[in-house]
Amino acid sequence: MENVKAIVMRAAGVNCDLETQFALEKAGASAERVHINRVIENPACLDEYQILVLPGGFSYGDDVAAGKILANQIVHHLADALNKFVADGKLLLGICNGFQILVKTGILPGFEGQAGANLIDQSVSITNNDSGKFEDRWIHLEPSSEKCVFINQGQRIYLPIAHGEGKLVTQNAAILEKLKSEGHVAFRYVDADGGFGEFPVNPNGSTDSIAGLTDSTGRVLGLMPHPERYVHNTQHPHWGRLKDRSEADGMTIFNNAVNYVRKNL
Amino acid sequence: MKQWRFEVSNKAGFPDVHGESVLEDVKELGINTVEMVHSARVFLIEGGIDDGFAKRIAEELLTDMVCEDYYIGRSGAPAGPSMATLIEVHLKSGVTDPVAESVTAAIGDMGVAAEHVRTARKYVLLGTLNDSQKETIARRALANDCIEDVIYGSDEEPPSPHTKAYELDVKEIAIRNIDDDSLVSVSKSMDLFLNLREMQTIQAHYKDLEREPTDIELETLAQTWSEHCVHKTLTSSVDMEMDGEITHYDNLLKDTVFKATKDLDKDWCISVFADNAGVVGFDDETAVCFKVETHNHPSALDPYGGAATGIGGVIRDPMGTGMGAKPIANTDIFCFGMPDKKLSEIPKGVLHPKRVMKGVVNGVRDYGNRMGIPTVNGAIYFDDRYMANPLVFCGNVGLVPNDKCFKNEKSGDVVMVVGGKTGRDGIHGATFSSGQMTHEHEDIFSHAVQIGNPIVEKKMLDTLLVARDLDLYESITDCGAGGLSSAVGEMGEKLGAEVDLEKVPLKYAGLNHTEIWISEAQERMVIAVRPEKVDEISELFASEDVEATVIGKFTDDKKLTLKYNGVQVGQLDMEFLHNGICKYSRQATWKSPELSEPNIAEKGNYNDDLLAILGSYNVASKEWIIRQYDHEVQGGSVVKPLTGVCNDGPSDAAVVRPKYNSDKGIAISCGMNPMYGDIDPYWMALSGIDEAIRNIVCVGARPDRIAILDNFCWGDCTRPETLGSVVRASQACYDGAMAFEAPFISGKDSLNNEFLCDDGTEISIPPTLLISAMSIVDDVNKCVMMDAKESGNLLFAVGLTKNELGGSHYYKLSGQLGANVPTVNLKVAAETAKRIHKAITDGLVVSCHDCSEGGVAVALAEMAFAGGLGIKADLNGLAKSKDCVRNDGQLFSESNSRYIVEVQPGNFDKFAKLMLDIPFGQIGEVTDEKKLVIVSQDNKNVIDIEIDTLKEAWQKPLSL
Repeated sequence: MENVKAIVMRAAGVNCDLETQFALEKAGASAERVHINRVIENPACLDEYQILVLPGGFSYGDDVAAGKILANQIVHHLADALNKFVADGKLLLGICNGFQILVKTGILPGFEGQAGANLIDQSVSITNNDSGKFEDRWIHLEPSSEKCVFINQGQRIYLPIAHGEGKLVTQNAAILEKLKSEGHVAFRYVDADGGFGEFPVNPNGSTDSIAGLTDSTGRVLGLMPHPERYVHNTQHPHWGRLKDRSEADGMTIFNNAVNYVRKNL
Repeated sequence: MKQWRFEVSNKAGFPDVHGESVLEDVKELGINTVEMVHSARVFLIEGGIDDGFAKRIAEELLTDMVCEDYYIGRSGAPAGPSMATLIEVHLKSGVTDPVAESVTAAIGDMGVAAEHVRTARKYVLLGTLNDSQKETIARRALANDCIEDVIYGSDEEPPSPHTKAYELDVKEIAIRNIDDDSLVSVSKSMDLFLNLREMQTIQAHYKDLEREPTDIELETLAQTWSEHCVHKTLTSSVDMEMDGEITHYDNLLKDTVFKATKDLDKDWCISVFADNAGVVGFDDETAVCFKVETHNHPSALDPYGGAATGIGGVIRDPMGTGMGAKPIANTDIFCFGMPDKKLSEIPKGVLHPKRVMKGVVNGVRDYGNRMGIPTVNGAIYFDDRYMANPLVFCGNVGLVPNDKCFKNEKSGDVVMVVGGKTGRDGIHGATFSSGQMTHEHEDIFSHAVQIGNPIVEKKMLDTLLVARDLDLYESITDCGAGGLSSAVGEMGEKLGAEVDLEKVPLKYAGLNHTEIWISEAQERMVIAVRPEKVDEISELFASEDVEATVIGKFTDDKKLTLKYNGVQVGQLDMEFLHNGICKYSRQATWKSPELSEPNIAEKGNYNDDLLAILGSYNVASKEWIIRQYDHEVQGGSVVKPLTGVCNDGPSDAAVVRPKYNSDKGIAISCGMNPMYGDIDPYWMALSGIDEAIRNIVCVGARPDRIAILDNFCWGDCTRPETLGSVVRASQACYDGAMAFEAPFISGKDSLNNEFLCDDGTEISIPPTLLISAMSIVDDVNKCVMMDAKESGNLLFAVGLTKNELGGSHYYKLSGQLGANVPTVNLKVAAETAKRIHKAITDGLVVSCHDCSEGGVAVALAEMAFAGGLGIKADLNGLAKSKDCVRNDGQLFSESNSRYIVEVQPGNFDKFAKLMLDIPFGQIGEVTDEKKLVIVSQDNKNVIDIEIDTLKEAWQKPLSL
């Protein structure tokens, strides 16, 4: 498919929709920002898109818990539509608050045979940073899943995080083991040389340094860091020191998404 | 109807971060017997809910079943060896509860209508505590009396508020035939904050009208004539006596600050001192506006809510400028008491500076981050005189299309209020903020505190921008101080307006007609809409779940007519309302204080002094705060607040690139030096201007496109000597703006920043002038940051170092003020800024840093550790005045108009040629050895410290 169309779904409190739209367009898609109310009114409108992004922000103020109210709204009004979207072979991306929503709807981790939005079987969650504070800082990410179509295998990337609730937790050790063994861990926080570490390398105390998850198909990705905030050289926090200014790391996610749709849909 | 109670807390094994932070706060209160704090979120929900559905609400909505447990009902004290204290904090009736609103909507999504939802917080403290300790913890660490109620142990929960509907009751206030004392007592008893002359003016007006005023009319006049709204002090005529000479100003602001703007007459100034924010040109399609406000008094009472609504309020200023700007950046500058103050030294009625600081930072963080606006620039200043009167400056920059810079309301347009509903919060905020604070204020004026809900503002903003671009409305302004009274009153000033107060959507029943009119409930804007577009705009707002209600119309009778259910409750002439206030003439005097330079023994080495200055609260790293602010949302940040090889060096100014497809940028900086004001407010103000301009020039912004803003925060200006210091600063504003050709485009003042302690002593803040600057960057790819880049590069100090340690951080180390305050050579200062800019655009500069607090030594230290490199400097290379002979002076003098610039060796000639006839000198070079070494004129190492040691000293104090 040559004309890739993406939908950036916004709602009250979503606030990274414009830069996400821009990143998708820079990658070659045509991208629209659509209010969730329009999608609930007409879920079939999703048929015309191949990429759906839940962007960052504070949907409904992150009241109760980050992403919880919007996740509840999605489960009660859009579960079938989103399940169909993924079943149709399309791509679903959740960034920061979008990741929190994907986890709290149960769409992620989306173990084999369990994919789909529901509020009952949650085995993974995202909760308060160990620091107890919102943090805006840059971190390194090591790709850790071979099946995730958004990832450039082997390319460590540098992106900013900006969240107060980014610590990934699992119900128990078995769930964590399953995440790892079945290839659901998309990204892990590392230092510049690829080593694991405590804060600030792992900025929120996330279990096993997990920064992002993918589902069993590899076509759903959720991650706490913001790829849409590093699509231009001057967004790097010390770009003035960089000699090599090749393409900004965040673009890899969006380029891969668009290229995947072009090749496969 | 049954009320369900849910308690949600962390499962064992998952950290209770909120409880842990409360435990820290308890320890800071000096109470060490508490071993652990458990926190729980409490939800009180009424509605037709059966047991099964209650369980669903608990498991599907309120509890994160992976890491939390719930309890339906009220759990008692846990069993165990330790004494357990239960404390619950409930919001007072009428206080906005955003979580409750979201939960109500979410239960609706689950298929049931919840009648009423409230939230509370519960704490279980393990450890021995007596009653007075319990109360101290509740009042000082857990709850704020202004907005919250505390219950202990098994005390009954506060009842669910069910208010009665209001029945109209119009009061006439008899003022025509009462004496002066009675006029004053009417003003006092109604909290009008109108003085005798103003009350007399109103009395005379109503005598002419041959009737008595109604309550709502007096309230409207009080709001409109408040210091907060009309700046009656700074616009009064002033006779200033200084050195035996008297200077007359017809209107102090117009003759100084505004005059510079008028005299400069820059064609890129689009709308200045006219709208809610000053507007200047950006590019062919777009203009940019900037406004900085203070929210001092509310932040003193409720630091979290006061600061949150401070940022929420200033965001609405650009939103209400022209036809509405899109906010793209926030700034915040705070002044607090010293954070390490002992509790016993805090006056009654005053919160501890550390609690104020944490609350303010959290408030700005939670509101700014939720709005999706990056907080890009700021500063913090500590001085004990801010303890009772903390200053909270919040700024916002917005983009507005060139063809939407002006409003166009007409008679016949309808008045709509959009955004939040109106509640009883924030009554009398405008008048309250114009008076002096006392130790009783927290009891009397708790209703003046507003509580924000940023998501309501965010969705209002999203919808307004769509409506603006569809041309669905003709005019817009924010509902800030004075509420609808100010917003409708201002918008209808030239036309007239009629408002049906019962149509205003309310948060709950029971508000009387005057409360509806003057409530400062947050997140509301007023727009003027052509009648034929009302349906379309109403549909648009409904489609995004945002309130939008027609409440009246603009008329052509130049009267403000207020009705409630068809009954006229008040009518005022627009002319009297806006221009009836009496003009004041005031006396001002200025006498330079008798000061002298201290006698400080010279030393062979100044390592300890440099470390002490770096580790002083005012200079130390503010990373703890900066990282809590999202400074990158919207994807436009170019120069972030922190930079350098480890992203932790202090940037001089922020640069944002507001359009994704353009490399043009906007730079934002600030300057403020309250310590210099203790010597002379004139030089304090000029230093602030010079500093803001240096900062903005350092990153590569154009010196010929700088627009500046003033925020005056002073004490009681009825004292001639206090007003005299305002006059000195105002005169400096004129001189500085003219010299730098940098017009003022907006400003605001906050006076009466004084506190009356229960023992009768008054604490006044030091004269404080914040200068904020904004300029254009033609190509953001040419921006320069402050971190040293490469060993072997040359370092130049541009600008003259003079013997100017008065008010310096160096003198402060030994508790001295001194006399030689930094001055500004206006001609050289402006020329230096231009040369630095030329060097940057010519590509000759690899790093550039402002030389200010702590002088050359601090600037070099910061450049070195930010770059992770060493610096070797030699004071022989410093351009200095003849009287600047001592090493300490050369290292720590805070002379203005100086920059440290890093240049590659190959560009030496070009750079030197460019700086010819400006005082400058090569003072050193960047090295691989990770040390800062500064050699004195007689070749001794006066500074010799590892950069890691310098950085640690700088980072440690405020890593809370």
